[in-house]
Parts: sequence; C-alpha cells; structure tokens
Amino acid sequence: MDGPLLSAQSVTREYRLGDSTVRAVSDVSLSLAGGEFVALLGSSGSGKSTLLNLLAGLDRPTSGAIFVQGRNLAELSSIELARYRRQTAAMVFQSFNLLPRMTLEENVELPLRLEEVDRRERYARVTEALERVGLAQRRRHRPSELSGGEQQRAAIARALVNRPAVLFADEPTGNLDSKNGDHILGLLGELQSALRMTIVMVTHERPLAERYAQRLVLLSDGKLISDQRLSPSATRGAAASVTACEPAPSGTSA
Amino acid sequence: MKRRDLAELAVRNLREALLRNALTTLGVAVGVASLVAMLSLGVGLQNLASQRLTRSGLFDAVFVTARGPGDRGGLSREGSSRENSDSRQNPEPQELKLLDEDTRQAFARLPNVTEVYPQIRFVADARYGETKRQTMVLALPDSSRRSGAFDAMKGAFFSSPAAQEAILQMDFAKELNAQPESLIGKELALRYMERSTSASDAELMNALTGSDSAGAISILPRVKKFRIIGITDSDPSAGLGGFGGARVFLPLQVAEGLHVAQPGDFRTMLASESDKPSYMALTVRTKSPNDVPKVEDAIKKMGYSAFSLMDAARSLRLVFAVFDLFLGLFGSLALTVASLGIINTLVMAILERRREIGILKALGASDKDVKSLFFAEAAAMGFFGGILGVAFGWLIGRALTLGASLYLRSRDLPSVSVSHVPWWLGVSAVAFAVVVSLAAGLYPAARAAKLNPVEALRYE
Repeated sequence: MDGPLLSAQSVTREYRLGDSTVRAVSDVSLSLAGGEFVALLGSSGSGKSTLLNLLAGLDRPTSGAIFVQGRNLAELSSIELARYRRQTAAMVFQSFNLLPRMTLEENVELPLRLEEVDRRERYARVTEALERVGLAQRRRHRPSELSGGEQQRAAIARALVNRPAVLFADEPTGNLDSKNGDHILGLLGELQSALRMTIVMVTHERPLAERYAQRLVLLSDGKLISDQRLSPSATRGAAASVTACEPAPSGTSA
Repeated sequence: MKRRDLAELAVRNLREALLRNALTTLGVAVGVASLVAMLSLGVGLQNLASQRLTRSGLFDAVFVTARGPGDRGGLSREGSSRENSDSRQNPEPQELKLLDEDTRQAFARLPNVTEVYPQIRFVADARYGETKRQTMVLALPDSSRRSGAFDAMKGAFFSSPAAQEAILQMDFAKELNAQPESLIGKELALRYMERSTSASDAELMNALTGSDSAGAISILPRVKKFRIIGITDSDPSAGLGGFGGARVFLPLQVAEGLHVAQPGDFRTMLASESDKPSYMALTVRTKSPNDVPKVEDAIKKMGYSAFSLMDAARSLRLVFAVFDLFLGLFGSLALTVASLGIINTLVMAILERRREIGILKALGASDKDVKSLFFAEAAAMGFFGGILGVAFGWLIGRALTLGASLYLRSRDLPSVSVSHVPWWLGVSAVAFAVVVSLAAGLYPAARAAKLNPVEALRYE
C-alpha cells in the first residue's frame, strides 16, 4: 500500500464557550490504512466524536492537518469539502438521521441525487445498497415504520450508495439493544471485508469494539491515549475481552 | 444537484408540511389579490372612462370646417389658443377651401382615420297622425351606436346604416304621444326641403336669366316616411361639437340621400362653379385619441380649419396615471406584508429543519444545494400564491362589478364592468410574487446554507 489513506497530523479543535476556550481535540496524530476497521474509544467528552467529525469533513480543525488521499481537508473550500463528504467519506449516526418524510429508497437515493447520478443508474444502485443490508423488500416504507436496527441498516445503505472509501460511524449501536447492535457491527465488518472499505467507528462500548475492530484508538480529554492493533485472531466474533490498553499485537487470548 | 431533483425535493418538502406552507402561500395570495384587485379596478375604471369618452366622439374626433377669406370657420368652439396661433401664422388664406366629396375621400385616406362624416342638420316638419311639429333633425353616423348615448334607449338603434328609420328624443316623443313607447314601430312623416341640382335646373336658369348659372340649385319640398325604431332619453348630439338640440335622428347614409338644402349651400354656390355638393363641416374620427394630433396637423396642412379636444383628454390621462400609481402603491403595501409573511415562514422553517439541513450537508450537500432548495421552495410558494392571488383578485373585481351593477340597476342605469384584469396584469402579478418570494427567501436560504452541519445535527 502506498502511504496511508488518511492521516491526521497534530490536529487540534477548540471551541469558544463564552470567554473560555474548550479544547475538544488536542494535538492528535493518527494514520489510517485502506481497509482498516478502527474503533475510537473513550468516555463521553473525550473528543472522539469531534475527531470523527473532523476526519469526516463535517468540521474543520483549529490547527493541524488532515490528509486524505494526499489532500489536506483543512485547506479545502466548502464546495470541495462537500464533495469529499459526498464521494469519499460517508457518515452513519447514533440517531440514524434518516429523513422522516422520505421512504427508505428516497433516503438512500439522496446522496446519489446530490452527486447528480443518472436516474436509471440511481435505481440500480439504491437496490444494490438495500439488498446488501437486507432491506430490499422495505424500500417503500418510511423510517417510522421500521425498527431501530432496520433504520440503522437503512442509514448504512445510504452511506454505502456512493461507494465511499471511508465510512465514519458515530456510536452506530448507541440507540440499539445488544442483539441489534451486534447485527449492525457484523454488517459493518462484512462491508469492510467485502468492499475493502475503511471503517472508523466511535463507540464507548469496549467489548463490541474489541470483537469487530482491528484497531482500538483510545482518547481521553481530547488526547490520544493509546493506539492498539488487535491480532486478526482476536477479532471476528471471538467473545474475548481485552482489559489492557497497552499495544498488544498478539497478547490477547484466543 | 440537478434542477429536476431540486424541484422534486422542493415540491416534496412543501407537500409534507402542507398546512404551514399552504398558509404562507395563502399569505402571498392575499397580498397579490389585493394588488390585482386594486390595479384591476384602476384599469377597469380607466377603460370605462376612456371608452365612454372615446365613444362619445369628443376625444377621438377632429372637427374640420371650410375656411374662406375672413372666415374662421363655422364652429363656435374654434377659439382655442392653438387655432388662434395657427390662424395668425396664415392670416390670409388665399381661397375658400371647400369641403366637398373629394376632400372627404382625402381625409378618409389619412392614416388612422376610421370615419369621416358631415354634419347634417336641418329643420323639418314632423307629422305623426294629426300632430305636427317643426323640429331639428340630425344625421347620426353608424359609429354613434357605440357612443354610449343609446345604451339606455327604448327600442333599438338603426337596424342598418341605410334603414329608413328614425330615433326620437324622449321629450319630443312625449309631445307626439302621451305614451311614447307606443310610438315604436309607427311611421313618422318628415317634410323637408330638397336641394335639387339636376342639369335641367341649370339650363332652365340659363334660359331664364340669360347668364351662366353653373352651380344653380332649386329647392323643392319633399315628404318622406320613417319608421320610429327607438326613443332615447339622452341627447346623442351633445358631444358633437356643441350641436345639441336635435329631436329626430336619422341614419347618416339615409340623410345624405335626402339632399336636404342646408345653409352652407348658398356659400358653396357662390364659391363654386360646379354643382358638386359641399359640406359645412366634417367630423374625422380616428382610431384612438392618440392619433388625433397627427391627423389634425395633416388636415391643417391641407388648408382647412381643424380642432379637437385632445388637451382635455391629455389631462384626463394624467389623472388616471396618478390614480394607477396610488392603487399600485397600496397594492405594493399589501405585497410587502405578504413578503414579510414569507420571510417569517422560511426563517421558521430553518429552525424547524436544522436537523434536516445538517443531514443533507453530512451527506455531501453543498451550501449551494441547500440554498437552492430553500430558494426553490420560496419560488414555488410565490408562484402558486401568485396564481391563487390573481384568481382571488379577479374574483374580487367580479364581485365589485356585480355590486356596482346592482347599484346602477337600482338607479335605472346600464351595468358596467368596473374592474378588468388584462393578461399583462395577471402575468406580472405572478412574476412579481415569485420575485418577492425569492427576495424574501434570500436571507433564510443564506442562513440555512451557512449552518454548521455538526451544530445542525446536534439540534433536536
């Protein structure tokens, strides 16, 4: 592989709250290779969601640089950044964020409309994406007619439809019970291996992250605490629990 | 985003929040309706007035008189300042310019002239049964059918320009019969003096006097019967250069065929070697009052006295222009209120739809996409509100016309249309509504486009 797909270099994001300045992300450097499944772990307020938004191009860093495919997101115009979100990065949210007034197929079609994809091709791609998440039969339903797990699968189909290089998921299982959560992460894992897609997931559920992700990045108070690669055997359904935060490429029980 | 997708999304958004958007659209419609109603009233009243005035023959007519040495024409109103200055420029016309048939044809060939007709008035003896009255007879051109003077008449206007029919003035009809309506369909005999110009007359005169008597005429009494077809309350001749007072009216073509001896004949005889008839005065009607000045100038250049009442019409147009302006101002006020309504709704829509905007932006919508979407929605509301408003405005105008008609009918007057929505008013009202809506959508759209997606998504 020639260089990382995405690399953050000393990224800092500060917010102004009245007179004080809050540093949500502080001097984080991170590099992602293509096809990785990375979990950003941390307690609430640790800055993991802010980091995700920065990487996904929804927000701009106060300082530092984020290179994606050789281009610095911090220097892109708002139009170029919109194109990045449309073509390269896709988002899945904790609260699904489907448009309630639209049917599933219209929700999934939205990124294709924004990308000005031809009408006929759109139909095929929407069908393909819905089939991949197992919702082809429910394309004409509205989000409110679906269960939480189904809504999240629809959101994943919407994220997939433009064939992005990276899928960013912000607490994708946060609003789901454990069974559905398992199912969603299984789906993400499948996509990662089937489509060679890079997945960056924010979560605070460590056991889930350990089961599906190949790399755990731990944040606290906006700082990167640890960056741990899990051995391939440790992932994929093994119910192992990793208690240590140290990098342990092969130190976990199988 | 492609335009078609944009339109689809906009329509879908409008449809989904039906009540709110319908109310906004209604707000636009009310604004447009008041604008359209007011302007249509202005246009309608202006139409009404200008039609009435134009048809009265006052403002689209040029009155032409023959001019001779020391003669300033035969019409009493000729003392207008313009005419005076014109007379001063040509203080001594070389010869009497006769208004004969050739001149009449020449006037008729001038551009924008619709009708040229002589003033035919004569005194006749009218007999109905045993009743006998001496009265003034006036010939009416066919165009006076539309002058408005006969709108309220009993009976009907002349069935054709050549019909042997007569219309009576109401007071005169009452003199003939206590129940004037019963006269309609009856015969009226008119005794008048015919001016005969046969060659034999001239020969006879030559023989009698032994001198050249070209242009000699003889005057013979004649009696002719006319069917009474209508009775009118108003005096249709009042507008025609001040020649009021006629009590029996005949179709012009018929009256011309009578060859009635007229006072001007004597002067014609003196001036002309020929026996061709000439006219005391001709009335030249133009297509519209705007054509009057040119026609008037052309006739003056030909050497005749001409005058018109255009100055009065001009000031009348000014009054209506001001009237229109004020109506438009009030209408614009109504539309301003409607625009504020649109702005309010669109700004509220942003608050309500922050999350949606955040999602769209997260999915890769550019600022421009979001702005276009809000713009498209504003334009659609303006468009539909505009159409609805024009329809409402038209209905209001119809209602006003209906009310006015009822009122006029109660006063025994013919009903008129007081409001009129010409196509240009409808089209420009809709266009205006769209433009105002777009302007009103400018700020909300810009705000929506600038929303930070992260903050917008956090908004619940």
